[in-house]
Parts: sequence; C-alpha cells; structure tokens
Amino acid sequence: MNILIAFAIGALFSGGLYLMMRRSLVRVLVGILLLGNAINLTVFAAGRLVPYTPPIIAPGQSQPPAGAADPLTQALILTAIVISFGLTAFAVALVRQTYSQAGTDDLDLLRCTDVPCPPEPAWEEPRETNP
Amino acid sequence: MNLVVIAPILLPLASAIVALAAWRAPAVQRSAAVGGTLIQFSAALALLNRVNQSGIQTFQVGSWPAPFGITLAVDLFGAIMLAISGLIGVSVAFYAMDGIDDERVAYGFYPLFHILLMGVNGAFATGDLFNLYVWFEVMLMASFVLMALGGTRAQLEGSVKYVVLNLLASSLFLSATGLLYGLTGTLNLAQLARVLPGVQPHGLTLALSMLYLVAFGIKAAIFPLFFWLPASYHTPPVAVTALFSGLLTKVGAYAMIRVFTLVFRTDPLFTNTLLLVLAGLTMVTGVLGAAAQWDFRRLLSFHIISQIGYLVMGLGLASQAALAGAIYFMVHVILAKTALFLIAGIVERLRGNFDLRRLGGLYRSQPWLALGFALPALALAGLPPFSGFFAKLMLVRAGLEAGQYVIVFTALGVSLLTLFSMSKVWGEVFWKPAPGGSPADEGAGGRVSTWMILPTVLLVMGGLALGFFAEPAIQWSHQAAFQLLHPELYIEAVLGGLP
Repeated sequence: MNILIAFAIGALFSGGLYLMMRRSLVRVLVGILLLGNAINLTVFAAGRLVPYTPPIIAPGQSQPPAGAADPLTQALILTAIVISFGLTAFAVALVRQTYSQAGTDDLDLLRCTDVPCPPEPAWEEPRETNP
Repeated sequence: MNLVVIAPILLPLASAIVALAAWRAPAVQRSAAVGGTLIQFSAALALLNRVNQSGIQTFQVGSWPAPFGITLAVDLFGAIMLAISGLIGVSVAFYAMDGIDDERVAYGFYPLFHILLMGVNGAFATGDLFNLYVWFEVMLMASFVLMALGGTRAQLEGSVKYVVLNLLASSLFLSATGLLYGLTGTLNLAQLARVLPGVQPHGLTLALSMLYLVAFGIKAAIFPLFFWLPASYHTPPVAVTALFSGLLTKVGAYAMIRVFTLVFRTDPLFTNTLLLVLAGLTMVTGVLGAAAQWDFRRLLSFHIISQIGYLVMGLGLASQAALAGAIYFMVHVILAKTALFLIAGIVERLRGNFDLRRLGGLYRSQPWLALGFALPALALAGLPPFSGFFAKLMLVRAGLEAGQYVIVFTALGVSLLTLFSMSKVWGEVFWKPAPGGSPADEGAGGRVSTWMILPTVLLVMGGLALGFFAEPAIQWSHQAAFQLLHPELYIEAVLGGLP
C-alpha cells in the first residue's frame, strides 16, 4: 500500500510540476490542483497507513489501541484541503479575469509587468472602474 | 491567561470585523483602520515591554498543554517584529486615508488589510509549524486579493506570477511539514527542537531543512527564487506595495531564521555555507537588477531582494554578533524601505508617473521631500550615522570574526552599488532639470495631503532614531540573538519542566 501511495504521489507531483511549467494559464491552474492533491497524499502517508483500527479510546482505557491510525495528519489534511479550496477558487477567478483583460492565456505574452504593452503603457492605464 | 501574547492576532481580527460590518461606510472603515492599528501598535509595544522584562511569553490556545495544543510563543526577536509590524500597520493605515481610492475601499481593501496584518502577526507569534503554515496562508490570501484589487492589466498579470510562485512555496512548506511530522510525531517548534537532534539518519533532517529553505526562500525572495517579486510588486497602489515590501518578504526571512536557529541545527557547516553563498548571490543580483531599472517602484523592488541578502548573511554566519546584526538590519530595512516606497507614492501623486526618465526638478519645488528621500536612501546604502551603517558594521564585523572574507567583501561592494543606485534615483527624480525644460508635468498630478506626509515623516524619523540611538537598539538585538542561540530558553518557556 505504501508503495502504491508513493507512486501516486510521485505521479501527481511530476504531473503538477510539469503542468505548472506550461505556457497556458489553464494548464498552470490544473497543475496547482494536482500539486495540492499530491501534498495531501504525502501528509496522509506521513501519518503511517494502518488498516482497520480507528483511533478511538475504549471506555476505561487511557490511550488508543495499538496500531491505530493517527488522527492528527487527517486533521492537517482537512485544514489543507479547505485552504487549497479557497486559494483555488481565487486562482480560477484571477485566471478568468486575466484572460478577459489580456485577451490571451499564453504566459509568454503576459509581459505588461516588464515592458510597456502597446497601445498604452501599463503603469499609465487609467484606474479601471471594475476593481 | 497571558492575553497580551494573543492580542496582536485578535486586535486585527476585531478591526477586520469592524471593517466588514461597516462595508457601506468607507469613512468609518478608514478611521477604524487608523484607530485599530494604533491600538494594535500599543498592544505590541506592551508585549515587547513584557518580553523584555520577564523573558519569553507563551500562550496555550484553548489551555491545551504544549506540545499537544497550539502554542503561541514570543521571544524578544518575535516581539520586536510584532512591534515593527504594528508600526508599519499604523503608517500604511494613515497613508491609505488618501493613497487608496474609494473604489478599492468599496471592494474590501480595509478588511483585507487587517487580515494581512493578522496573518503577519500570527506568523511572528506562533510556536507551531503547522500553525505557521496556516498564518502564511492567511497572509497570502489577503495579499493575493490586495495585489489584484483594482483589476488593471498589469496588476492581474503581476498577480498571476505572484500567486503561482507563492502557491508553489506553500505547497513545499506543507509537504515538508507533513514529512517532518511523519519523522518526529510533533510539530511544536520547542518539541521539535528537543527531539530532532536525536533523529537518525541526519540526512533526512537535512533534506527536510532544504525543503524549508526553498519554501521560505521563495517567500523571502532570495536568489534564485525571487522572480515573482520584481514581476509583481510594482503593480498595485503604493500603499499596498509599501505594506508588502515592509512585511511580507520579512516574514519569510523571519521564518527562515526561526527554523534554522531553533529546529534545524544538525548540520550547521553545510547549511551555513549554503546560506552564505545564497546571501552573496541575492545581494549581487538584487542590486544589479536595480541598476537596470527606470521605473521607480521596480527599482526599489529589486533593492528589497538585495537587502534580504544581508539578513540571510546574518543567519549564515550564525554567531551572536551576526544574528544581532540581522535583527537590527531587519528593523532598519523595514523602516527605510517602507519610507522609500511611501515617498515614491508622493512623487507619483505630484507628477503623475513613476518613470525616472520623465521625472526631474522636484528639488526646486519640494526640497523637504528631497531631504526625506535622501535620509532613508543613505541609510539603505549604509552611510554613517544612519541606521544602515550600524547594521552593516555589525554584519561585517561578525563576518571578519568568522573569517568569511568573501561574503564581507560582497556585502561592502553591494553597499557601494546601493549608494550608486540611490544617488541615481535622487539625481533623476529631484536634482536634474525637469525634462522638456519646464515643469510641464506639474499639472498632471494632484495635491499631497497630510495623511500621506505624516506616516512618511514618522518612518523617516523612526529610521533616524534607530541610527542615533544605536547603542540601546544594538543591545536589544544582542539580547534577542542570545535567545535565538540558546534554544533551551525557548524550550523551557514552552514546555516547562516536561521530560
């Protein structure tokens, strides 16, 4: 099981990083998503994968049964999922807005931050009425 | 209950709630921001005073004893950073009264501003690695929106680069944290400091520390991970850029200093050599990048990178004198850099653009502004008797004591280039005659109100005070560095007498 998870993590990481290096913004976005899942799996596996033993302390006992799953990593993953959900929602909105403003999703053409982009230089654009 | 420790986190949260409640009343939001940041600054000063008098302060959230609950722990270094973040908060809140337009306020500038401060303060106060990740995310989320707020094309493109690279950094941070938990079974910084030296093999610890180095390195914008910064920092309004330049990269540097002095102490030779190499390259690329710039804000952005190199140098030298130098330098650079950005904003307000080639002749009409720019600029270059001189003196002396001559000469050479770059800006903006022979651009801009001048004066004066009263400030830095170099104090404060 560990080996299987390790391969899954590796595949997700490499896929995510590959997509993040593409020129298309949408692919970059998908890359971020894959990377987020790769990390969740990493944290999950770091908490040790054990079958069938829930971390419930039986009445009269003071600690969970031997070989129980570690609940903390799952709590961490839950937090991470919520955070990445919010960040992804923002990133999707940002990509969409960038596409509609710039008219392209090719990262090589998004150079207004470095050179003045015709027809008007970027830092002289009038403030948009649509913040 | 040690509420003063958690106050720097709760107060911005309260201000954010007030700002959200007053969503339709921009005037209320504006004055609430000034009041809220002032209260927060005084709370941070109270905390600094407490830490200075009675040592490291801790707070166990929900009264769960460490290492099981979330711990907040503030040592002198953390308290100094909290106080300085309070000061920057006050300055930017004042500046934003006039520097942020009503539209941005209507779309939530102020709640985000407070949440950003909450994230920054949380990162300075926390004693738990996963909690640090969460505060980083709070801070990042607010900064993402602040950067994109306004929606001009340059802003959106800058935001894309900023968001993607920072998300990558967060991902590395989180996976390293998960793996570290798998290795040690704890994420409490004090507990980690106690158990990690015993973890075998050391190679695993070293690999994890390198993951943290990359993650925090992206956030702190060190070489070769800084590319998001010059691509994005010059796009939002100046009040936002000043806030970011004062605090965000410094949080990355703070986190780096924290984990490498407290947690990862297993292979100092390798880590410190690597840090010194990175520090030198960061300084050089930053200042050379700045030399090629003609946009006021882009030029200053490159200088942020260059200055981060000095902080990393202090960490890499790792002696008490060097860490004290890094802490003093951190305070100095935050004050100087934020002041310079605020002045860039005033110049833009007067002349309507940031292009050095089209500016000029401001000395004739604004001699005080020219002086106000010259003081932090000279401090940044490291001329006596300004704060930068003492900061660099401490770092250089520590470097000579450690026999690291290469980094010392790099640091000195970069200072010279910084001086060149700053005098270029001063000459272009203030001294040379206005292009076209007449101040034709004069009408292009608007009036500068007291709200913009007041915080600038405050920060410039703060920087001057840091230079003129260097002796007590250096003593404090040494105390803070002493605490950093004696992790047992931190462990004792957090875990008490636990085995």
